[in-house]
Amino acid sequence: MSRRRLALFLLYGAFLLWGLFKGFGISAEVAHNFWTFSAQMVRILPCAFVLIGLFEVWVKKEAVERHLGRGSGPLGYLWAVLLAATTVGGIYVAFPVAYSLYRKGAKLGVIFTYVGASAICRIPMTVFEASFLGVKFTAVRFSVSLPLLVLTSALLGRYLEGKGYQMPG
Amino acid sequence: MKYFWIFTALVLLISALADRQKTLRALEIALKRFLSILPAFLEMIVLVSVALALVPPQLLLGLLGGKGRLLGVGIAAGVGSVTVMPGFIAFPLCGILLQRGVPYMILSAFSTTLMMVGVLSYPVEREYFGPRVTVLRNLLAFFIALAVAVATGLVFGEL
Repeated sequence: MSRRRLALFLLYGAFLLWGLFKGFGISAEVAHNFWTFSAQMVRILPCAFVLIGLFEVWVKKEAVERHLGRGSGPLGYLWAVLLAATTVGGIYVAFPVAYSLYRKGAKLGVIFTYVGASAICRIPMTVFEASFLGVKFTAVRFSVSLPLLVLTSALLGRYLEGKGYQMPG
Repeated sequence: MKYFWIFTALVLLISALADRQKTLRALEIALKRFLSILPAFLEMIVLVSVALALVPPQLLLGLLGGKGRLLGVGIAAGVGSVTVMPGFIAFPLCGILLQRGVPYMILSAFSTTLMMVGVLSYPVEREYFGPRVTVLRNLLAFFIALAVAVATGLVFGEL
C-alpha cells in the first residue's frame, strides 16, 4: 500500500473516532455512508471475482480473440454492449472484467466500449430511469450516447494501440 | 442480488464437478485479484462516504433547481461528475426535480455524468488503466454526456 493511501486511511479513521467521542454529526453520517457502500460491495464483489476467476480458467484465449479481438470487426462492439447490459454491479465490476478480457486478447476499443456501456446501459438501471423520467428521455440518451461511445472508444483504442499502450493491471 | 449469489454458486458447482483442479485455480485467481485491488476500492469508498455526507440530496435539489438553463446544465454536469450515488437514489431524485419544473436537459446532464464520469472512482480506475488513460476516458465521457444533454434539450423543445 502506498504511503499516501495509508495516510488517508489513518486520517479517515482518526476523523471517525474523533466524531464518535465528540458526537459530531457529519462523521456519523460519513460512517453510515461507509457502512452502506461497503455492504453493497460485499454483496457484489465476491461473486464478481469468483466469476472472473472461472472465466480465466475456462474461456479460451482464442475464443476471446476471435470475437472481441483485432479481427472481430463491428460485431465485437455489439458483444461488448450486450455483455455490459447484463453486467451486475456496474462500473466497479466492469473494470476487473475488462482487465480479464484484455488479458485474453480483446482489443482496446472493445474494452472501452464495454466499460462505458456498463455505465450507461445496464438493464435494471435503464428500466428504473425510464420509469422515473419517461421512455422518451431514456431513448434519447441511448441513441446519442451509445453511438458516440462506440465511436470514441474505437478511436481511443486505435490511438493507444498505435502508441503501444499496455494496460497496467 | 440473491439470484447473483445463487447463479455464482451454481456455476462454481458445475465447474467443480467438471474439473476440481481448474476450479481451485479459479478461486485462487479470484482471491489474488480481489486482494490486489482491495486498497483502491477502500480508498474509493472512503472518498465517496465523505463526498456524500458533504453533498446531501437537499443540497443537490438546491444546486440543480432554479438556475438559468445553460448554466444549469454546466452545474449539473459538474455535480454529476464528482458525485457517486446508486441508481435507486439518483432516479427518484431526478423524478422529484422534474416535478419541481427542472428542465429535462439539466436532469440529463446530471444523470448521464453521474453514470459515465467517475471522479471519485479514479483510485480504482487508475489501477487498471493508468492515470493518463483514466483522465482521457473520463473527459470523453464528459463530452458525450454534454452531447446527450443538448440532444435532450432539442427533443424536449427546451433549447
